[in-house]
Amino acid sequence: MLAFVLRRFVTMLLVLFCVVSITFFLIRLAPGGPFSRERAIPPAIEQALLAKYKLDGTLWQQYTGYLGDLVRGDLRLSTKYRGRSVNELLAQTLPTTALLGSIAFVIATVGGVTLGGWAAARRGKPDETAAMLLALLAISIPTFVTGPLLILLFSLYLGWLPVGGLSGPSSLILPALTLAGPYVAYIARLTRTSMLEVLGHDFVRTARAKGLPQWKIISKHVARIALLPVISFLGPLAAHLLTGSIVVETIFNIPGAGGFFVHSIQNRDGFLLGGVVIVYCTVLVLLNLLVDIAYTWMDRRIKLYE
Amino acid sequence: MSRFPDHPSPWRQLLRKPSAVVSLVVLVLVALAAFIGPWLLPESASQLGNQQYAPPSWKHPFGTDLHGHDLLYRVLSGARVSLIVGLAGALVSLMIGTTWGLISGYVGGRVDAAMMRIVEILYAVPRLIILLIAINAFDAQMKNGLAAIHAEGLIPYSRILILILSLGFIEWLTMARIVRGQVLALKAQPFITAARSLGQSHPKIITRHLLPNLLGIVIIYLTLTVPAVILDESFLSFLGLGIEAPQASWGSLLADGAQAINPVRSYWWLLVFPAAIMSATLLALNFLGDALRDILDPRR
Repeated sequence: MLAFVLRRFVTMLLVLFCVVSITFFLIRLAPGGPFSRERAIPPAIEQALLAKYKLDGTLWQQYTGYLGDLVRGDLRLSTKYRGRSVNELLAQTLPTTALLGSIAFVIATVGGVTLGGWAAARRGKPDETAAMLLALLAISIPTFVTGPLLILLFSLYLGWLPVGGLSGPSSLILPALTLAGPYVAYIARLTRTSMLEVLGHDFVRTARAKGLPQWKIISKHVARIALLPVISFLGPLAAHLLTGSIVVETIFNIPGAGGFFVHSIQNRDGFLLGGVVIVYCTVLVLLNLLVDIAYTWMDRRIKLYE
Repeated sequence: MSRFPDHPSPWRQLLRKPSAVVSLVVLVLVALAAFIGPWLLPESASQLGNQQYAPPSWKHPFGTDLHGHDLLYRVLSGARVSLIVGLAGALVSLMIGTTWGLISGYVGGRVDAAMMRIVEILYAVPRLIILLIAINAFDAQMKNGLAAIHAEGLIPYSRILILILSLGFIEWLTMARIVRGQVLALKAQPFITAARSLGQSHPKIITRHLLPNLLGIVIIYLTLTVPAVILDESFLSFLGLGIEAPQASWGSLLADGAQAINPVRSYWWLLVFPAAIMSATLLALNFLGDALRDILDPRR
């Protein structure tokens, strides 16, 4: 077990390294630099700017220097938000984004598994069709439509919830729902498909023959195996939700990290982009490791560390 | 693989499913409306009107927008752009994904391991980065390139071309994985061994034996990739990076509509009508993909 975790840890670092390198070269080789949008600046000042932000020297020197700083935990200065470090920017915005993301994560997993399990248990009945139609609808509508529609209904028409901004727990309900919506649907579909597959196995018939009630068959025998595909989706899900969504944060006017992704690319703010990518990728690979460990615990037939 | 004579063809099976039939009808209607509809509307619909933000009426069934455009006309011409981008983008992803998965699965061994490692790493790179950088970086190059090959007529469409290529380029990963898995399963079957022992060449085995058997799964994922690409395009348009005005797509219309919802005054029709048409189309595509998967996927 320990050997497996250690080996996976090395792979994780390797993936992280590759992704950071790809990001670095993509953003540095893309046309336009972080200062090219401004009016022409004298060469001397430009040199000083480049030196301050450690963008001087050859590309290779910049790259190795950046990797060195990363190892020391220094994510460097943002070129857009002048005078502020990426560490500082992330420390200010990530807690809000991560809080919203965690709520959405809980809604997506609990809601999705419940809906999907319920649909599988009600196979062939009209409620199953209705539930799956709802799920497909939630996947087919972009969040920048559901967000305004929810605002239109719950904030403007009914007046129950605030329109946007960050003011107490009630202001998090609509954004979390908007964020979680498509994922609830996706997980519900995954759960239903895999539940139906497992329900067709022989051991379920055996359990039924010995007189176990339906809920006990599902909770004791089926759920463990049927939830495996859902669990393997949790890594990407967490990475998406915890780094925030520019759409939801813009629509609900939430000061989070969701916009950094898009804005840092548009501003060629390579180090801020690098910081966000590192957070995203770390969450992704860590969760994937946890998922693999959970696999062995859920289904004893799977052995990872042979 | 031979089919039993009394086994109904996939097409027949599809027509037996009510959800699939309804989806097909919806898709045909939307496609007809998108490609023929704009010509059937009165001439004035394509012109700038003087009625700003008019609510739905007989003259303008979907209302008008900020510039007095008839929204019905905008939604239909937007449908054309969205459908073309979705279909062409999905085809690009299909070609890359199938080729990649086919080579990886067929060659096997170290090549397979390396190619799948690359797919895994690309999965870990947030897709947005590749997309946004491609769009930001290659817009100018694309325009110059089109001018260089004397295709000046295409220059207004360069953004659409970039969208198609870049969306196709990020959506191929799942397709590659699925095709590879399928090729691995097929390779182990006796008819491939037979073909090889009969001395058939690799290209012939691939084109004669593998590709026909991959067709089903490729079609399924094509139907499921089209709505994914349409959604991605609408997301980019929402960010202002997709289709450029004066052209419209569902995404850019929805982006305008989402901004028209505010506490002061809500022009609901700007959001509701494009959203309804787009959701209906994506819903139909997803339903069709699901139905095809139930019929064609050998694993189920």
